[in-house]
Amino acid sequence: MSNKKKILVVDDDIDLLEQVALILSNEGYDVITANGHNEAEETLLTVKPDLAVFDLMMEQMDSGFVLCHQLKRMFPGTPVILLTAVTATTGIDFTANTNEEKSWIKADAFIDKPARAEQLKSEVKRLLKE
Amino acid sequence: MKTLKVLIVDDEPLMRSGVIRVLKNFIVQLHELNHTAGFEFIEAETGEDGILKVESESPDIMLLDMKLPGIQGLEVLETVSSKKRDCVVIMITAHASIGMAVSTTKLGAFDFLAKPFTPNELKTTIEKAANYLIVQRHVRELERDKRQLRFQLISVVAHELKSPIAAIETYLKMIDDGMVKDEQQLKHVVERSIIRIQGMRKLIFDLLDMTSIEAGTKKRELVELDVIELARSAIDAVETEAMVNGVKVELVDNGPVPMIADRREIEIILNNLVSNAVKYNRKDGKVSVCLEREKDTIRITVSDTGIGMTPDEMAKLFEDFVRIKNQKTLRILGSGLGLSTVKKISHQYQGNVEVKSIPDQGSTFTVVLTSGKPREQ
Repeated sequence: MSNKKKILVVDDDIDLLEQVALILSNEGYDVITANGHNEAEETLLTVKPDLAVFDLMMEQMDSGFVLCHQLKRMFPGTPVILLTAVTATTGIDFTANTNEEKSWIKADAFIDKPARAEQLKSEVKRLLKE
Repeated sequence: MKTLKVLIVDDEPLMRSGVIRVLKNFIVQLHELNHTAGFEFIEAETGEDGILKVESESPDIMLLDMKLPGIQGLEVLETVSSKKRDCVVIMITAHASIGMAVSTTKLGAFDFLAKPFTPNELKTTIEKAANYLIVQRHVRELERDKRQLRFQLISVVAHELKSPIAAIETYLKMIDDGMVKDEQQLKHVVERSIIRIQGMRKLIFDLLDMTSIEAGTKKRELVELDVIELARSAIDAVETEAMVNGVKVELVDNGPVPMIADRREIEIILNNLVSNAVKYNRKDGKVSVCLEREKDTIRITVSDTGIGMTPDEMAKLFEDFVRIKNQKTLRILGSGLGLSTVKKISHQYQGNVEVKSIPDQGSTFTVVLTSGKPREQ
């Protein structure tokens, strides 16, 4: 079916990538995966996704932010879900915790890792206005 | 030069000006650190004023007269001690006695001066106090750094363990939710979970290696050993993995390489270097382990024909928890602790570890160690 919605999933952890992809393809979406920041950039040259799911921390601490910024510049209307580990409250901060940081990132939704299938599905539906 | 603030609490103006005159141009050489210290002064006529000035001026050293018009010196001492101010107190007393000294030190005084005292007595006491103060502060700083480092380590470990746990948890949930459709998918999910568990185990073992080296709590047993023998068992340990990928591992030596060392430490070095050389190799690649000894210097060289590294990647390679993350290393398990531990061990043998590498051609790691009596921690 050509009118399937395209979702770009990016994670440098191949298992988490595969899992998110499986959850979404089971829902009938056309899932395109990219294994890390560079691969995602390459993919974006040829594909215009209807929605994107990025892991926040990949090769670099802020790969997800950077990628989000790049995607929004290319396709301002494409919603982005960031997968974050906000529960890391000890020591080094791996995530954008404050609302100020979050507003700067301009992601459309944040989901805690590990992503629960139900939450992921409902956020995707909401952002795709289905 | 550091400037230390001295608060003089005494009701006699002559006493205060006398102290200032003696200490004004006095410069203390601090033993521990390569520093000198000079002094500036704050004066208080009464105990009450003294307590206020401890709060407002944060003096480093307080010269405190026992006998004051209002509240007495001992009371001031008690107040200052109970607030745990970072201030060294020296009591000034006309009625010097052993009993007096004991009771004031119990209350937290560092020392006492008996009136009348000579300029030299004052200088000696102040010099001792300044050194004590600086050393105390330095120790506290070191402890704070240590705490911070430990905290950082825990955070990183927690983070490194979270990804595999998340992966395994999600796989199990997928089975539970009936998302796994067939036998083949199930096999894949189980295999991936096992691989992630192996990764966690590797992290934990590497972490234990690292902490035992760093803490220095494990007793080092220095024995005479043959490095070749340890290299052979390191090569045996990777045999299966090498075979699967068609990697050939060769050992180059010119006879025995005796060394006085802790067996476990040399094992850690060889196991890490040899297993990395196999893991980060290409299919049908080659690994060469070369051992040389010249007098007391042992040189271990491990080269591979693998994926290699860029200068940027090499620069941070030996830091804790650094893993080179790129497309080529994606499927390779690693904790990011192996090489930093190798480096720490080599330092214990007055040695070092170096790497030369060309992307897509291979890397050569060289560890140089000194046999004999390694530096005790």
